[in-house]
Amino acid sequence: MIALLTRDLRLAMRAGGGFGLGLSFFLIVVVLVPFGVGPETALLSKIAPGVLWVAALLACLLSLDRIFALDFEDGSLDLLATSPLPLEGVAAVKALAHWLTTGLPLVLAAPVLGLLMSLPASGFGPIVLSLLFGTPALSVIGAFGAALTVGIKRGGLLLSLLVLPLYMPTLIFGAEVARRGAEGQDYMTPLLMLAGISAATLALLPFASATVLRVNLR
Amino acid sequence: MMPDLGKYAAEVLSAYAVSLTLIFGIIWLSLARARRVKAELAEVEARRQKDA
Amino acid sequence: MASFWEYANPLKFMRTTERIFPFVTWAAVVCFLGGLIWGFFFTPDDYRQGSTVKIFYIHVPSAMMAINIWVMMLVTSLVWIVRRHHVSALAARAAAPVGAVMTLVALFTGAIWGQPMWGTWWAWDPRLTSFLILFLFYLGYMALWAAIDDDDTAADLTSVLCLVGSVFALLSRYAVNFWNQGLHQAASLSLDKEENVADVFWYPALVCIAGFVLLFVALVIIRTNTEIRARRMRALLARERQA
Repeated sequence: MIALLTRDLRLAMRAGGGFGLGLSFFLIVVVLVPFGVGPETALLSKIAPGVLWVAALLACLLSLDRIFALDFEDGSLDLLATSPLPLEGVAAVKALAHWLTTGLPLVLAAPVLGLLMSLPASGFGPIVLSLLFGTPALSVIGAFGAALTVGIKRGGLLLSLLVLPLYMPTLIFGAEVARRGAEGQDYMTPLLMLAGISAATLALLPFASATVLRVNLR
Repeated sequence: MMPDLGKYAAEVLSAYAVSLTLIFGIIWLSLARARRVKAELAEVEARRQKDA
Repeated sequence: MASFWEYANPLKFMRTTERIFPFVTWAAVVCFLGGLIWGFFFTPDDYRQGSTVKIFYIHVPSAMMAINIWVMMLVTSLVWIVRRHHVSALAARAAAPVGAVMTLVALFTGAIWGQPMWGTWWAWDPRLTSFLILFLFYLGYMALWAAIDDDDTAADLTSVLCLVGSVFALLSRYAVNFWNQGLHQAASLSLDKEENVADVFWYPALVCIAGFVLLFVALVIIRTNTEIRARRMRALLARERQA
């Protein structure tokens, strides 16, 4: 499992695209927003938590189709399926690799982009916390979507259509934590809900992903 | 015969029009596809009978 | 009494459904048109909402169907996963577009009603938002069916999506509730609270609901039989190509 994880991480680094791409996309979306809504600081600081969350979600979405597609094409997914490692474990490790290459950089970059969006000082802790607890769910749900569409040529658009509705609860609670934090309110309840979603998806969705992968490899 | 819909006539009528259009649309689509698939299947079956 | 599972045989299913189809269709036509005509022409206006109350003869049944059709798809997907009866998977496939249309009808009629009553076409109210999310789920489900060529693979993948989607749809419902308290009134037509609505509105609404249910049954019969035929045709064509 660890071998698979390091292999995936190394591939993501070497392919160049995967690692930096999501991060740059996150940056660009956040930079675009002030051009769209105007540079008033008051307005920007009000919408900053939501913008950061939506941008992070889109950046996650961007790199999802890489999770399984490349391995499916060159046949290494078949090898993984016949290896002693259970396919559920493969799905979980793949999601973890996606999180380490996409989700974690987003979490680390969020405070810097928060500065650009003139996020209130009280909002920095909550946005990092909420992304830290929320992005694992995004990766695991995304891995499920990627497993669903792995056999489909040019499935990128379909993948977004399938995954975005599934992202809705995570987004709602995550953005709620960030917004309440920025407004100085108590954000414990949505944070716990968010952590609950992440924990539940982490525990259950790899099984769904593995089921779907088996169907696609049949 | 037409009931007096008062000042909301436009809303009520447009709601009925939109809904009925959508519902009859799906009915029509279902029927058209049913007919087409039935005809195509009959054709394929006939070809199969002939070959056999 | 023959086992219910006999109807898993496509031929048996088609023969039986085609026998009952005329009855269902006529009942659907009578209830659907009868209920709407009763509601539209022969009911009084509400003293606060005026004639817009007539929109509810469409809005309430379509909203109920939108949710119940998804539940029906969930059940048939489960049957497919557990017992692998093709008819079940195809019935789920046949129901999805009808469900999407019902969701759309509920959204449209709601928006048209909301304009004069709430003063806005759309509000990010929990119920409205949940319905929009439900519509997105229908779209994704249908897109996945359309994208995959192999029948069994498509049936497997969409039923897993339906299961996972149901969980997330429920989750979204609660998340959205948490996110925003709404304008929308509570359900006004539940069976245990019928006194919420005066009888003059209640009876035609019941007929309309029956009409929508029967209409859905008739449509699912047609569409499932179409899918069964289409599947057989694909199988025959594949065999022809091999020969």
